[in-house]
Amino acid sequence: MTTKKTRRIQMMVLGAVLLGASALLVSFAFRDAIVFFFSPTELLAEQRRPDQLLRVGGLVVTGSLVRGESETATATFEITDGNATVAVSFTGVLPDLFAEGQGVVTEGYLRDGAFVATEVLAKHDENYIPREVVQALKAQGHWEGEEDAGADTGAGGGSDPYGG
Amino acid sequence: MIVELGHFALTLAFAVALFQAVVPLVGAGRGWADWMRAAAPAAVMQFLLIGFAFAALVHAFVTLDFSVRIVAEHSNSQIPVLYRVSGTWGNHEGSMLLLVLILALFGATVAAFGRDLPLGLKARALSVQSMIAAAFTAFILFTSNPFDRLSPAPLDGNDLNPLLQDIGLAIHPPFLYLGYVGLSMVFSFAVAALIEGKVDAAWARWVRPWTLMAWVMLTIGIALGSYWAYYELGWGGWWFWDPVENASFMPWLVAGALLHSAIVVEKRNALKAWTILLAILAFSLSLVGIFIVRSGVLTSVHAFANDPARGVFILAILGVTIIGSLTLFAWRAPAMRSEGLFQPVSREGGLILNNLLLAVAAAVVFTGTLAPLVREFIDGAKISVGAPFFELAFTPFMVLVIVAMPLGSLLPWKRGDLGRVMARLWWAAAAALALGGVVWGLQSGEALLAPVGLALAAWLILGVFVEIGARIGLPRASPGTALGRLVRLPRADWGKFLAHGGFGLSVMGIAAVTAWEVEDIRLASPGESYMLGGYEIHFDSVSDGQGPNYLYQRGHFTVFRDGEVVAVMEPEKRLYPVQGQPTTEAAIDMGLTRDLYLVLGDKQTTGDAWVVRAYLKPLANWIWLGALVMAIGGLVSLTDRRYRVGAAARRARPAPVAAE
Repeated sequence: MTTKKTRRIQMMVLGAVLLGASALLVSFAFRDAIVFFFSPTELLAEQRRPDQLLRVGGLVVTGSLVRGESETATATFEITDGNATVAVSFTGVLPDLFAEGQGVVTEGYLRDGAFVATEVLAKHDENYIPREVVQALKAQGHWEGEEDAGADTGAGGGSDPYGG
Repeated sequence: MIVELGHFALTLAFAVALFQAVVPLVGAGRGWADWMRAAAPAAVMQFLLIGFAFAALVHAFVTLDFSVRIVAEHSNSQIPVLYRVSGTWGNHEGSMLLLVLILALFGATVAAFGRDLPLGLKARALSVQSMIAAAFTAFILFTSNPFDRLSPAPLDGNDLNPLLQDIGLAIHPPFLYLGYVGLSMVFSFAVAALIEGKVDAAWARWVRPWTLMAWVMLTIGIALGSYWAYYELGWGGWWFWDPVENASFMPWLVAGALLHSAIVVEKRNALKAWTILLAILAFSLSLVGIFIVRSGVLTSVHAFANDPARGVFILAILGVTIIGSLTLFAWRAPAMRSEGLFQPVSREGGLILNNLLLAVAAAVVFTGTLAPLVREFIDGAKISVGAPFFELAFTPFMVLVIVAMPLGSLLPWKRGDLGRVMARLWWAAAAALALGGVVWGLQSGEALLAPVGLALAAWLILGVFVEIGARIGLPRASPGTALGRLVRLPRADWGKFLAHGGFGLSVMGIAAVTAWEVEDIRLASPGESYMLGGYEIHFDSVSDGQGPNYLYQRGHFTVFRDGEVVAVMEPEKRLYPVQGQPTTEAAIDMGLTRDLYLVLGDKQTTGDAWVVRAYLKPLANWIWLGALVMAIGGLVSLTDRRYRVGAAARRARPAPVAAE
């Protein structure tokens, strides 16, 4: 009874159902589960809901880092794109390559004009400046590196070419 | 001098690759046997030349020839010898050379062991393989020459990135490349079959071991990378859904699907066009991965050399490969006639469901990975797509895969009966549900993740045991008969049991660690004690010292449970002075039931307190243990006589006696 044709139709229907389900899930997830990146200027330009997970990136202002100020192991520092500056607090262990004057991307929530970071993203290479940060700096006319999205300014190559 | 010879050998290899790409293909088209036969010696020649070039580069790294640019940039006189060697592929140029070396190695393997391959298929497959090798050799020669000299040569090198000075990361890239490139061999066979217009069981028997090998290597490579991130980066996570991780995960998913569909081609002479398509997709996704890693178009925790010329070159290779092979597919695939008839509820049906689910899951990962690029192109908004997206959109398909796996495994070919399969599996289902219920009860109605995840894992693992029972005729057969059958089961079956069971172990680890992890971040001073999930952590002291090529501050912690010392843990903060780079060495007390994970953070600006981060991670090791079992399953399957490379050549040999 099952001919090749009906089997092919069954397969196609199953494939279509699964694809439809994935499209539905993906679009649902895109609405709720993606995180927008802002430079400090963009971040402060608009009202943000305090429960919206955001990313903000820029350079860590030299002299702004205070480690472990309170009893709760919270570090505070400021991020700038050369135009606007936003204060960031972070409870946890800062990544190895975190340093004043370096590019950084943090993820968290904007609350009362200050950014409460839940994550400070680690980079593997000290020469690497996140692409978004480069663009944010460029937008404010503060980028002094090469013209291309020059994440790589140092010893001629990012050092981690690995996947996985 | 050796370096220049290496460069010269690589240039010659490029010429040989061009020859090998053209001559056998033309010969196969015209039916000229001597032109087709040229493929095998050319493939061996190409491998020897690239092998020499690679050896020359390793030599430069081991002898610390700082006049070579990449040695000066990625090595240093202080580095231990192991990392001098691994430094060869710890950089962009050298790792591409390793990739090309493996491409040539696989070509040479087919040339050497493929004596029984039909001459035309072999010539065409080697020709396609050589096209890929030629493209990447050109990429190295024109954009990423590893043999560049520096003049004047510096006195000492700039050091290998300290994070890469680790045994896990020394062997992680070779495994990944073996996986990516193994899929290139499958791709070459697929394109050759399209040109020939013929796909049969013999073709599938050739393609399956390559797919299996590639899948095993990818499994090991991904697990190593994940494990490395876990113990070396000090943030306690094991998977970040980072674009570069996804880049290796997508080919793994598709290779997993391909592995299963090739079985249908081989046993039932069906699903041919689909299998060819999967072979093309698997390698294309490997190329997409290489593109993502090398071009830096996506922001990742991995740092890259962002040379636009390289990105464009790889994009061109990617474009030609995908457009070319898919055009060929559209043209020739309708000629692929499948024969085996089957009912929807059958082993074939189950394997199709597996394929569709894995393919759709790969598509979801692909969408999420490339979404930031697309979105920025559309309206300039910068988004990042991370774990929440994938947990929502990817996980449901994995849940379906898991639910269907034991059922599909037990279905017979052609026509099956779900009722009969459930009659065998009901107790596994009941036990899994009971486990889920107990877990749910114990944690008093919190998130459903742990009970559901653990129940699914139990379903998988118990399902494997039910299947073994079914294969050896339990419960009806006498114990002696059953044992005899158990010993005589083909290796491919054992491979399947291990791979499916290993997947279950991984799922169990993932569910437990995600649901039950305990995290604690605090300021602690030496002398202080505190509790973490039943363990008492005592912060003894911090000492300074010097390693082979770094300085360290080492925290000394003693961990007690019920008054007994469980572990002495010594997390470090290291500073590698050559690059001025600090690294964090987490201290991990590993155990089968839990990992204790300690990270020493920064010292407080004033006072003597340190930031200390501690985790209790239940069943964390099961994630990688499961991956290891999966990989072993693949290897066991690979040793099955039927799939041994060139198995037909040895068919004259008497079958080994399996009973002892």
